[in-house]
Amino acid sequence: MDVVLSQLVAGISVGSILLLAAIGLALTFGQMGVINMAHGEFIMIGAYVAFVMQGLFGSGISLIVAIPAAFLIGGIFGVLLEQILIRHMYHRPLDTLLATFGVGLILQQVARDIFGAPAVEVANPAWLSGSVQILGTNVPWTRIFILALVILVVAGLSALMAYTSLGRRIRATVLNRKLAETSGISTRWTDRTTFFIGSGLAGVAGVTVTLIGATSPTIGTSYIVDAFLVVVAGGIGKIKGAVIAAFSLGILQAFIEYSTTASIAKFIVLIVVVAFLQIRPQGLFSVRTRSLA
Amino acid sequence: MTIAATAPKRGKLAAISAAGSSPGVPRPRTAYIGIGLIALGLMVLAPALLTPFELRQMGRFICYAMVAVGIGLAWGRGGMLTLGQGVFFGIGAYCMAMHMALEDAALRGEEAPQFMGTFGVDLPWFWEPFHSPLMTILLILLLPALLAFALGFSVFKRRVKGAYFAILNQAMVFAFVTLLVGQQATLNGSNGLSGFQSFFGFAINDPANRQMIYMIAAGLLIVMMLVAYWLMRSRFGELLVATRDAEERVRFLGYDPAIIKTITFVVAAVMASVAGAMFVPLVGIISPAELGVVPSIAFVIGVAIGGRATLFGPVLGAIAVAWAESTLAENFPSGWSYFQGLLLILVIALLPGGIASVGRYFRWKRAGSRFRKEAEA
Repeated sequence: MDVVLSQLVAGISVGSILLLAAIGLALTFGQMGVINMAHGEFIMIGAYVAFVMQGLFGSGISLIVAIPAAFLIGGIFGVLLEQILIRHMYHRPLDTLLATFGVGLILQQVARDIFGAPAVEVANPAWLSGSVQILGTNVPWTRIFILALVILVVAGLSALMAYTSLGRRIRATVLNRKLAETSGISTRWTDRTTFFIGSGLAGVAGVTVTLIGATSPTIGTSYIVDAFLVVVAGGIGKIKGAVIAAFSLGILQAFIEYSTTASIAKFIVLIVVVAFLQIRPQGLFSVRTRSLA
Repeated sequence: MTIAATAPKRGKLAAISAAGSSPGVPRPRTAYIGIGLIALGLMVLAPALLTPFELRQMGRFICYAMVAVGIGLAWGRGGMLTLGQGVFFGIGAYCMAMHMALEDAALRGEEAPQFMGTFGVDLPWFWEPFHSPLMTILLILLLPALLAFALGFSVFKRRVKGAYFAILNQAMVFAFVTLLVGQQATLNGSNGLSGFQSFFGFAINDPANRQMIYMIAAGLLIVMMLVAYWLMRSRFGELLVATRDAEERVRFLGYDPAIIKTITFVVAAVMASVAGAMFVPLVGIISPAELGVVPSIAFVIGVAIGGRATLFGPVLGAIAVAWAESTLAENFPSGWSYFQGLLLILVIALLPGGIASVGRYFRWKRAGSRFRKEAEA
């Protein structure tokens, strides 16, 4: 029983990180049908923002400053990418994948040239050190912080989509772009804003991953595949899908990892996702969107 | 032929699909002369002109070109972006590497490869089949075919769309590499397998044998190009393009797009696997670093730049990009990444048909301006 509980806690912890990495993608890929491979590099940008902020403010309060800063910087990069490249390719999702991969290559090299190829460390603030006993498992405070943050982000995003005029505009544009346009919604503005939020959230995810590991120019590559898997399994267009998929995959991985190894767990999780898509090719939940080629 | 109606040479469908990916199959004479010239260049000129080191490099490029032929078929002709070729490349490479490692061990009079000794493990069960050369060759062909069939058919049958397929493929690469790195004791983990002495009984350090291995690789590439060309020219090739451009219509005509796509995916997978199998004796090492997400996309880059839907584009693009990388990266290690990224962005954004489509683009422009003049008159 203890084992089940401790693996459950570990799984939720893995799931919360997965969800943070994926939630921005759920917007840009899920809502807009754009495959942004540079999303991983936006996560990396967020991580380096945390590193720079640590240098500026010391490791005590830098985390608090870094989260909004990373949101802003990630968002700006996202808008630039959308404006310069992606908006010309909305009808070619596979091509956005390759073109944004090129952007990712360049961003990685920029990071390598500025910060060097070896990983850098972001020290955890003192107020997040130590751990707490939950259900017989030691859970580091950093993990709880990440879980709290992801709950906050999901709640905020859901509220934004449900209750604000921006959320209504985004949903309208996704459901029927032409009709939305005719109704006086600026779909260009909506696209840009959606991209700003989605990419900003990648930046936030980047700050949080510095709490659990080292920061290197290739850090984005290790999250991007998992993040896409979450969005695919969750179904496009629904935040709810991403939430359930992230935690299910996290918990599944934690349980398989307990009886085998991390690498075999990853492999089995993938097979489960492929098998799951047999039953529900559109993922857990989906709304009708511009179809993906 | 009914199929021809679903794959119009001009018109709306061709306009919808990426510019320059309209049929693009050369006439037989052009194709055979082109393939003949490539064969001449690779099998006569290259061995005569290049130093042994450069020839070894060329052998590596040829392996990438073999992968590219398969990607050209699956992605260019079939519209399936296969980001997972690293898996199939890796399967072929590891099959060959395991056979060669066992051969070396037998030469030393030992049972298992040296690295296993340091971990103190016996030969694992999945190494056993690779004692036999024939079995090794069979597995190099069959394993990727089975895996590609299982994944392709299950995904295409459920009509999972292109973007999902690309992402699943990529996840497969990721899982495969994680699995390999985890096999520290049985497959030497992230170090991979290297230091081979013999290739089916031929000493690998003998220059004459090196040349022979190179020739086999070049020959296989030529065979693959011929296979690709015959596939493109065949009724199946027309069905494939029709499926890419109007899958529903093909289904209504009574064909099963899932089978068409799966067969193409299997062919591409086997080509990548054979490429991997030749990579090992040519380059002398295989490790997970050669197979990850980034190398798998790198396979695609040459194809995109050369011209995804054409016969010669993928091969020439792959060789050109690999050559540019090895010469440029030596002098400007960081510059190459910028260059590669920029090239990818520019070609995908501005020239989706690749460099092979430049000529067609200009012809199209000229035809367009003539049309406009006639309209104005």
